[in-house]
Amino acid sequence: MADERLKAIGALLARQGILVAFVIFMIGFALLNDRFLAVDNVLGVVRSSAILGVMAIGVTFVVISGNLDLSVGSMMSFSTIVVLDLHDKIGPELAIPAMFLMTMALGAFIGVLVGYFKLNSLIVTLGMLSAIHGLTLTYSGGKNMDIADKEGTWFSVIGQSSILGIPVPILVFVGLAALLAMLLSKTPFGRKVYAVGGNGVAATFSGIRRPRVVLATYLISSFCVAVAGLLQASRSMGSQNTVGQGLELEVLAAVILGGASLLGGSGTVFKTVIGVLILGFIQNGLLLVGLEFYVQYVVTWLIIILAVWLDIAAKRGRLLSPIA
Amino acid sequence: MNTSNRAKLIKRGAIWGFIVLELIFFSVAGSFLSLSETRFMDLDNMLLLLKQSAPIGIIALGMTVIMINGNIDLSVGAVFALCAIVMLDSQTWPIFAGLSETAIIPFAWGAALLTGMALGAINGLIVWKTGVDAFIVTLGAMLGYRGLVFMYNGEQPTFLLNWTLVDMIETSVFGLEVPALVLLGMTFLIWFMMTRTVHGRNAYAVGDNREAAVNAGIRVGPHMLLNFILIGFLTALSSIVFYSASGSVNPNDGSLYELWAITAVVLGGTKLTGGSGSVINTLGGVIAIQLLRKGLGHIGADTETVNLVIGLILIAVLFLDRQLNIKGKGELRT
Repeated sequence: MADERLKAIGALLARQGILVAFVIFMIGFALLNDRFLAVDNVLGVVRSSAILGVMAIGVTFVVISGNLDLSVGSMMSFSTIVVLDLHDKIGPELAIPAMFLMTMALGAFIGVLVGYFKLNSLIVTLGMLSAIHGLTLTYSGGKNMDIADKEGTWFSVIGQSSILGIPVPILVFVGLAALLAMLLSKTPFGRKVYAVGGNGVAATFSGIRRPRVVLATYLISSFCVAVAGLLQASRSMGSQNTVGQGLELEVLAAVILGGASLLGGSGTVFKTVIGVLILGFIQNGLLLVGLEFYVQYVVTWLIIILAVWLDIAAKRGRLLSPIA
Repeated sequence: MNTSNRAKLIKRGAIWGFIVLELIFFSVAGSFLSLSETRFMDLDNMLLLLKQSAPIGIIALGMTVIMINGNIDLSVGAVFALCAIVMLDSQTWPIFAGLSETAIIPFAWGAALLTGMALGAINGLIVWKTGVDAFIVTLGAMLGYRGLVFMYNGEQPTFLLNWTLVDMIETSVFGLEVPALVLLGMTFLIWFMMTRTVHGRNAYAVGDNREAAVNAGIRVGPHMLLNFILIGFLTALSSIVFYSASGSVNPNDGSLYELWAITAVVLGGTKLTGGSGSVINTLGGVIAIQLLRKGLGHIGADTETVNLVIGLILIAVLFLDRQLNIKGKGELRT
């Protein structure tokens, strides 16, 4: 009896490992530094995680359907630069939809290549990472973008203001997360995404149009990237060409930390949000206890591997891999 | 010769055909557009090109072996930077204090190579023992090793110029400088390993079907560990030939190298799923990329367009490869 109960607790711990780790981290840092759980600190962390978080939610859809998206970083640079440039040319009311259209066109291009032509998503998005970076540089001529009249526009509202004391980026992040969580868990479309990622052939035989679902996941991902680019642009009102460089791998780290399998078929929006928050709070906590910012890289490395290892170990029922 | 053989031959030679096309295009376009007096097909220019390909090229050789194995290594950029720091900084360590500028070189190189092999071994051991996918393991290591780079020397560049070392690296034999020689030499050695030894044959077997390889008695875990140590060694070697001459390393150096190396390997026709690929064609991939960069610069295109062109070419190659493979197989139309 006791053995079984222990096993059940172990399995539960392994399944909800990411939540447990999160709670342990929060308690640990809170004990080490009493400012850690202060409201303004927590809001600050969530606010600065919002951009990464919005992108991670989109990539979650792609990963669940069994593909990868390495292009989100340079795509985010692209959307930031485009919206800043168009803001001064055609005004914010037109610039925002135009930027969404252009970013989602890139997403559609990737989606068609991966979905309809069945090309390997890792290579396609690797190529697009490079291509979109080139596109951004060509568009901007290599110059930084700045909004000329920073005072005379409402554009900064999205990234800088607060409603009822809560910063708008957080509201956007939470709102989008809730919306997409519903889409993923409560609609037929969401079930199709899981089916395609879990077993593509079986999904095809049960009448799911796989290319269409894959295309839709990339459209969602690029939509989220556009939102992230908008938040970034509005927060800084000016930007370099490389603002999103390297974000693709941080996004992927957050998604994996949330427990989504790279083979597809598993993961949820909620868990990805937890993954994003863990990354954000680790960074903040380590800074607050007085360590340099780069220590977080090493800690993140250990946590990613431990989290995935425990997840796999729980599934196969033994700690070490059976490979000889 | 039947069609499938012909298709195979076209695919095997594709990257070299592409290089010839590039050469012709840039020579012709260059004579109209270029502002410089020198021709593109200049011998010195081509020798220089080989030297400039060396850092990515040497890493790409290791990446080919790893990818034939069905794995991937995203941490090479960070390993590259860390090895460079160790090589430069070790020359000031107190234990080597009594040595002259010449005598210290083997120790500095040894320290860098050992660092690279140790970092590779850590990745390999984790992949072997935990069974976590190499993509995730090395993605984590990419962050972790980069953190180590920063922890070593903060955000300061590490700087040391040893003139004996600089002269040594810039020595040339038949017009080829040391980095180019190392690239060619390592290409030959790895080619020999992959085609003429048991380890090479096992690498293809493991990548093609891991289950079957286990059943055939190949010790897959140690085999993959060895390959991760090999890529660590090659990355350190690449770091040595690059930084011995330049003598200064920034903590962000080498980022995105993993993506360039993978691009070169894929252009060379190695499959991501493992089981097939060739080191010689990877060399072709590396040269093709470097030619493209140089060529676009030669005809006066902005450096920005290079990224755009390489990205699109990568996708086009994948697309063509897909079209060549799809025919005659009658695979499931999903």
